[in-house]
Amino acid sequence: MVQNKSSRAVGVGRVLIVVYGILALAAAARSFVQIVERFDEAPLAYTLSAVSAVVYIVATVALTRPGRGWYFAAWITICFELLGVLIVGTLSLMHPDLFAHASVWSFYGSGYLFVPLVIPVLGIAWLYARRPSLQTAGNAAAPRA
Amino acid sequence: MIEWFTYTQVAIAAAAGLLCVIIGLLGRSPSDYTLGATLLVEVLLLVQLAVSLAAPAFGNNPTGSLLEFYMYLISAILLPPLAGVWGLIERNRWSTVILGMVCLAVAVMVYRMNEIWFFQLA
Repeated sequence: MVQNKSSRAVGVGRVLIVVYGILALAAAARSFVQIVERFDEAPLAYTLSAVSAVVYIVATVALTRPGRGWYFAAWITICFELLGVLIVGTLSLMHPDLFAHASVWSFYGSGYLFVPLVIPVLGIAWLYARRPSLQTAGNAAAPRA
Repeated sequence: MIEWFTYTQVAIAAAAGLLCVIIGLLGRSPSDYTLGATLLVEVLLLVQLAVSLAAPAFGNNPTGSLLEFYMYLISAILLPPLAGVWGLIERNRWSTVILGMVCLAVAVMVYRMNEIWFFQLA
């Protein structure tokens, strides 16, 4: 592995990045349609849809980039997603009038086969497994020529 | 959209997806079979695009949002080539799994397009 390559964009991490990328694409495309076609029907849900799309895009980019800054950006966006899917999922059940309009996070992401509920947990596990302190220790133990 | 063609396409994309995920998890890097399966999924998407563009001229109109339909279709068309290029550059098992994940995503997206065309009320 080349040193300037991200330690997160390797192996099974690549699969995670691809799933994030697809989710980012799906969320962005859907929110674009919602805002263009019927924003006034549910401004709150559709604004959230757009916010979640941006967060997924940032998370995807953060997972592919090397360095500590991007590592923390990935943590922040992925935790935001987990909170988002839990909070909006619960609110969509309690206040269907506000949130029942389809967004990535409504009903815990059921419209996306619950991928939005599962993927942040896998993301957090992956980030924890590839934490920078571990990598530095590993490099010190086995220096590369 | 033609119903039987769409269901066939969903079935083929799902089968290709499962095949690539399983072969990938068995440790194989992308081969002619897995890349070929992904190529087949892409070709079917392009046929679907042609069918969808022509359908309204034959009185076959979507019940749902055409804009939403094409957002799905264009997103789906972009995925297999991206995964395929990745599969050619990075030759390891995860690239094969990625081919499979993309095919599975295409299956879900085509299924959703079917709902928009035949069932969604605008």
